[in-house]
Formats: sequence, C-alpha cells, structure tokens
Amino acid sequence: MMHENLAYVVSRSTAVSNAAVWLGVAAAVVAVAVPWLPYFGSPAFMRWATEVMCYLILAQMWNLMAGYAGLMSVGMQAFVGVGGYSVFIFAQHLGVNPFLSIPIAGVMAAVAAALTSPLVFRMRGGYFAIGTWVLSEVFRIGFSNVSALGGGSGQSLTVMTRIDRSTREIAIYLIAATTLILASVGINLLLRSRFGLGLTALRDSEAAAESQGVDVRLLKLQVYTLSSLGAGLVGAIYYTSVLRISPFAAFDLNWVVAATFIVVIGGIGAVEGPIVGAAIFFALRWLLADYGTWYWLVMGSVAVIVIMFAPAGVWGYIRGRWDIQLLPLQRRLVLLGPSKPGGASAAPSPHRRTGAWQG
Amino acid sequence: MLQVRNLVARYGDFQALFGVDFDLKQGSIVALIGANGAGKSTFLKSIAGQMPSKSGEIRFNSEEISTLPPDRIVREGISLVPEGRRLFRSLSVEENLKVGGFAGRKGRWTLGAVYDLFPQLKDKRHTPATALSGGQQQMVAIGRGLMANPDLLMCDEVSLGLSPVVIKDIYKVFPQLRAESLSLIVVEQDIDAALSIADYVYCFMHGKVTLRGAPEELTKEQISAAYFGLEAA
Amino acid sequence: MLEAADTIIQGLLLGGLYALFAIGLSITYGVMRLVNIAHGDLLVLAAYLALWPVTSLHMNPFVAILPVVVLMFCLGYTLQRVILNRTMGTNFLAPMLATFGISIILRNGLQQIYHSDSRSFDIGALGVDSIHLGPYIAIGEFPLIVFVVSVILTLATSLLFSHTRIGVALRATSDDAQTAGLMGIRANRTYAIALGLSLALVAVGGVFAGMRTTFTPESGPASLLYAFEAVVIGGMGSLWGTFAGAVILGMAQGVGAKVGAGFGILAGHLVFLAVLAFKPTGLFERSR
Repeated sequence: MMHENLAYVVSRSTAVSNAAVWLGVAAAVVAVAVPWLPYFGSPAFMRWATEVMCYLILAQMWNLMAGYAGLMSVGMQAFVGVGGYSVFIFAQHLGVNPFLSIPIAGVMAAVAAALTSPLVFRMRGGYFAIGTWVLSEVFRIGFSNVSALGGGSGQSLTVMTRIDRSTREIAIYLIAATTLILASVGINLLLRSRFGLGLTALRDSEAAAESQGVDVRLLKLQVYTLSSLGAGLVGAIYYTSVLRISPFAAFDLNWVVAATFIVVIGGIGAVEGPIVGAAIFFALRWLLADYGTWYWLVMGSVAVIVIMFAPAGVWGYIRGRWDIQLLPLQRRLVLLGPSKPGGASAAPSPHRRTGAWQG
Repeated sequence: MLQVRNLVARYGDFQALFGVDFDLKQGSIVALIGANGAGKSTFLKSIAGQMPSKSGEIRFNSEEISTLPPDRIVREGISLVPEGRRLFRSLSVEENLKVGGFAGRKGRWTLGAVYDLFPQLKDKRHTPATALSGGQQQMVAIGRGLMANPDLLMCDEVSLGLSPVVIKDIYKVFPQLRAESLSLIVVEQDIDAALSIADYVYCFMHGKVTLRGAPEELTKEQISAAYFGLEAA
Repeated sequence: MLEAADTIIQGLLLGGLYALFAIGLSITYGVMRLVNIAHGDLLVLAAYLALWPVTSLHMNPFVAILPVVVLMFCLGYTLQRVILNRTMGTNFLAPMLATFGISIILRNGLQQIYHSDSRSFDIGALGVDSIHLGPYIAIGEFPLIVFVVSVILTLATSLLFSHTRIGVALRATSDDAQTAGLMGIRANRTYAIALGLSLALVAVGGVFAGMRTTFTPESGPASLLYAFEAVVIGGMGSLWGTFAGAVILGMAQGVGAKVGAGFGILAGHLVFLAVLAFKPTGLFERSR
C-alpha cells in the first residue's frame, strides 16, 4: 500500500509512556529524599526499603539474563555471596572504606562470573540452570572453609562500628536507591541500544541472530557478567546493611527463588515486570508474616498458576489487555495525518514482545 | 470420499490457504501440483489435523473431521506421509514401520506386506532408519504410512531430493496401491511424475486452487499458467 | 592399598544409589528435554510417603516401596498431564520454571507437615552387616542390595525402551512428537508416562535413601545435584552412561570423604566441573 503523501514519525514514546517517565523521575526523587522525610525517614523503614530494593535489583538482573538472553540460572546466589564476602574482605580485612567496598564488591562478582563463564557456558538450557547451581555450591563450600572469613558460621562487619549509626543507615539506603535507579535506567538504555537489539534477536532465535552477525557467545557472556555484577552489588549492599554474613545466608538458594518468582509473577517488561512482581512478593510476605512456610507455599502456587495460565505474568496480562507500555522499547510508526494533529499511533500494533518463557 | 469446502488456514499471522474446495472419489489418485509455498503441504496438514488455525469444512466419508487432532484422524483412516519423510532417528527401519501401526487399525498392511512391497527394506530392517539412502528412506516413510491401514494415503513430496531412477521406482508403487482400493493424494513439484499416475489434478498457487481437471483434459499451457501464474490476456 | 580398594568399593556401591536418583532425571530429559528441578524434592517426598505405612502399619520399609512406586507413578502422570503439559511449548523456560515452583511447593509443604526433624527408616541389622573379603574389605549388605536393585532397574528400563511398544512410542515421541502424532501417538499421554516412569524410579531411590541416611524436607536439592552431576558425567543419550556417571560420582565422593571430612561432596562437584571442562558431552556420550 503506497501512500506517498503521508507524513510520519518513528517514535518510541506514547502519551502513557511519557507520563510514566515523569512518574519514574518523581519516584526517584522521592526515593532519594526519603531519609529526610517524616515517618519514612525512620531506620526501620529505610532498612526494609533497602531490602526491597535489593530484591528488586536482583530480579531485574535475573530478568535480564532469563527474559532477554534466555539464560535461566539457578546459581545467581553465587555472585550475591561473592559480592557480600568481598565487602567483608575489603572493608574488614583490607581496611578499605566500607562504602567504597560496595562497588568494588560488584566488580569482584563480575570478575568471578567472567572467570567461571567458560565452564558454565559449556552447558545450555536446563543443564546451564543447574550447572550454575553446582558452581554456587562450590563457592559456598569454598567460603565456609576459609576460617579468616568466619568459616561456616560467618562473621560480623565490626569495622562499621566506627561510623555513627544514623550516617551508616542513611548511606546504605542511598547507595541502594542509587543502585536501583542506575540499574533501571541502565537496563532500559541498554535494551534500546544496539546491544538490546542483539539481545532481542538472540532471544527470538539464536541461530538466526548468529547468521545476521550477532556474536551470540559474546552477548551471552556480557549479559551474564553484567547480571552477576548486579547480583554482587545486591550482596554487598544487603550484607553491609545487616552487618553480618555467613555462607549459609549469602549463598542461599532463596535469593534466586525470590528473584525468579518476582519476575515470573510480575511478568515481562524490563523494569515494569519486576516492580509489579516485587510488589506482589512483599505484599504476600506481609500478609502471611505470621504463617511461616505458608508464605513460600502460596508464592510457589501462584507462580505455577501464572506459568500455566498467564505466561506473560501479571504485567504481561495488563499490557496485553490494555496495550500499555510504560517504558516502551519498541518503535512505533506514528502517522501525522491532518485529522489528528500531534500524531497518534495509527499503525497496526507491532508484534508483541514476549518474554522468553512465554509458550 | 473426501470433500473439502472453503478451507482457510493460517500460520500465526500468515494466511496460507484462501478458501480451497476439493473433492476426492474413492479409489482414485489425485495429484496436487504447484510451486514452493503454494499451499499444497499446508493443505495436506490441514486434513491430517496438524493445522490448529483453520476454518472450513472437511468431510471424510460424510463425517466432519476438521476439528479432530492428528491421532484421531489416523484412526479415521487417513494417513499422511509427511514432507521430508521425518523418520524417527533413534528407531530402526522395522521399529519405524511398527510405529506406523500404533493407531491400531486392522487391515492388509502388516510388516510382511510392506516388505513384499519394498523388498529392499527387508535386509535393512534393523538398521537405524536414517542411515539408509534417500530412496530407501522414502520407502520406509511410505511403508510407515501404509502400516496405519488407511483408506486414504496422503504423500507429501515423495520425490524430493531423489534421483529420477529412484522416483520411478517409487511411483510404480502408487498404481499398485490404487489396485488394492487405497485412495491417494500425492503432492508433487515434479509435474510429469504427478501427471503420469493421477486420475485427477489440482494446481495450487498462493493458497488457491488455480486449475483442476483430469490430466487428459489439461494442456501444457493451461498447467503452466496455473502453476506459474502467467495470466492469459 | 587394600584400604583404597575398600574406599573405591564403598563409592561404587554409593553410586548404585545415585544411579537410582539419576535414571529418572535422564528419562525426562531424554524424552521431553525437561530438566525437572523438583526431582530431588520428589525423592524426599517418596521417603515421606513411605513413612506412614512403615510407622503406622509397621510395614517393612522394603515392602513399603511398592505402594510408593505406584503412588509416585500416578503422581508423575498427573503432574505432567495437568500442569506440565500446559507449559510445554517451543521454549524451555516455562516447564523448568513450573518444576521450580513445584519444588518450592513440595519442600515447604513437607516442612509444614513434618517440620525439620530428621527421619529415617530402621532396617535393623541389614544396615550394619557386611560381607568380608579379607581383613580390609567389607561390603555392606544394604549397599550391595541397593546396587543390585539399581542394576536390575537400569536394565529393566533399558529393555523397556528398546523392546516394548511403549518404549518405542517414547523414543518416537522424543524424536519427533509431531510426526508421532500422525501415527496415533498422543504426545500428552506419552510425556505423562515418561514422568510417571521417572517418578516410579525416584520412589525406589527415595525410600532406599531414607534407609541409608536421615532425611528432612530440605534434603531435596542435594539429591537433585547428585542426580544431575551423574547424568552430566555419564553423558547424554545413554542410560548405562548415566549409571556409570553415578558410579563415578559415588567413588569421587567416597575418595573425597576419606581425604577430609566434608570434602566428599566437594570432590564430587569438582569431578563434575572437571568433566565439564574437558569432556562437556560426558564420558560415555552416545550420539543419537
């Protein structure tokens, strides 16, 4: 169909998405201002918020790997642990400023990921998933045999007692908030770039992507390393916040279980999905706080039901139903016809982006 | 025996068939010809129940079968020899043939009968099926289709990748099968082979039937036009 | 020298138990390309299922295996038909994620009912008695029984796949489910039978494990890892390869445990990583 006289613009944003960006900016400003707000500025809230943000970052990392590079890892906790322990090594044992140790810990996790990647990438699919878990166990056993780091029972971050409590809590909170904001923005920008395009191609068909010149191996490695960097930061932030680390906690499978469920239930969407998922995750946790293991039972059941009936998750369902994309990654053809000044999305909707686990 | 009305079929967003009508008389061989992508294989798959996204009427012996899944269709008496043969790699020749009979229809086609039809296969019965030559693999595929004791056998591009000599050998089999009161639909890109054995011909292009008739009644020009889409002025 | 032989034999026999863990995993991967993350937790479930007949009906644990096998087969069949078949599609993530969810449900469900107390099955003298071959080598009666059963079941499974109608159907479906459908084989049912079979074997492994050592609801993940390592070490496409992988794993763990307490499991992980590094397709891989 040829319409030579039609003016058009290729744009990524829609009215809703523009609103969402402003909302996001406002949320970021509020998040950073929290320590100075009444009620919200309390240590208890900031500690809880730090934990939530850690889970959110981890979920985004898991989503980056699984939802965009098709790499499902049940071993992400390996890098949470490496990140956590790195802070202890650098701050407690090497005398580096504790807050500076956090980004260093992230880098250490990324290095660990890069170094072990040749082994791990010898496996694919389901084997990769469990292979990474074995690796995590090796790390766990390794660290629990280092007596300088407290061995099996772990150790405390006593070096933090030099810093006054209030400063410490605010600093950790702000580091967490900054990391989350950077991660969210970073992932979004990444996915809009050439890198992101390559990732989408990879996810849709590895063979086809390779034939188009996408270096699949390199891409996977980069995503794996980047996600591990994020996981390392999570470990660093979290264990600095709780001031105590042990192999059992740092390399706990529940880290990846939580991240997985948040992403699966929340649904597809680089940033939107994990936010929705985390909201559900923590709401359920609050509701079932007095019921112990029921919390995980319900979480697991919800996840299985979502996978069976709404594979694109809660956000995927909302997006499909009402065609909203808060942070769109696709470009749309916007026709600027005379009857609709300013442009409205008139082209048929592009092929829906689906999460890698959508059947 | 088989009556198709207004068959529409899709692969996702892509429409492959645009309202196809088709008739097959019992005991006849019908050939479907047409270029790549014309919709011939899609047509066979639709009858075999492998196309979930379709609409229209398919009646087999007066029964509506368009909503049945493949495993029910074969029990009704329609067997498909798929494009590309698709033999089971981990199975031997004999195991492949046996699987063909898993639908449980009784009839004249047993392992022995298939080996009589294709004597070459008898020595190779325990060889992994995919280790055979192209022609022999095609024989296994046809034999496997026959083991279902169908009333209608559909063969999708049996000549693909085979030398002319081998194609002739395989095509000798079809009139034999018709003599045993088996009805056949044969999809072919090789027009001569198809015309040599068919009682009736359908030509497909871009998902539509562009020509139908008995081979004697059709001229080369008509066929070329229908096959390649060269419109007569 | 002879002590070393004793360690190796112990490891070999342990491998027999691991083979029971691993064969089921090998089946589901072979037929459906499914890595069942709940596999280990299902092993533990089998042990817990045997608890009731053993404790309330005073059934011999060995006898209790039979009803558990039947139960677990039905559970596997149902799980596949009701839940997992819905998730089977073109991508591998959904079924795995579903088994991940099932794993969590199982583990926490068992925790809810049985709490964290360790349980085990008392098999009396059988657990201690050994056959002595000279002064250094003692072959435990129970490990030997487990090993023999493991060999028999591996053989039986292998024969099932090669000589029975259902075995041919399983292999055909695994090769090409779509074409198998053309022959009247329903993929949904075939997959369900595969998982049922897998869990039937898991039932035996789980109850035996409960006789050998204590179990808690948290014992699942470790068992999954051993099963997985056995499959990878042994290589894909071969049941006996998996058996061999399990034996190698058992021996690695045995030798490791002798070197240092707590090093046993790590030794197993390291052997796994070594195989991955130098022969990623497994030691006994059979090309399909």
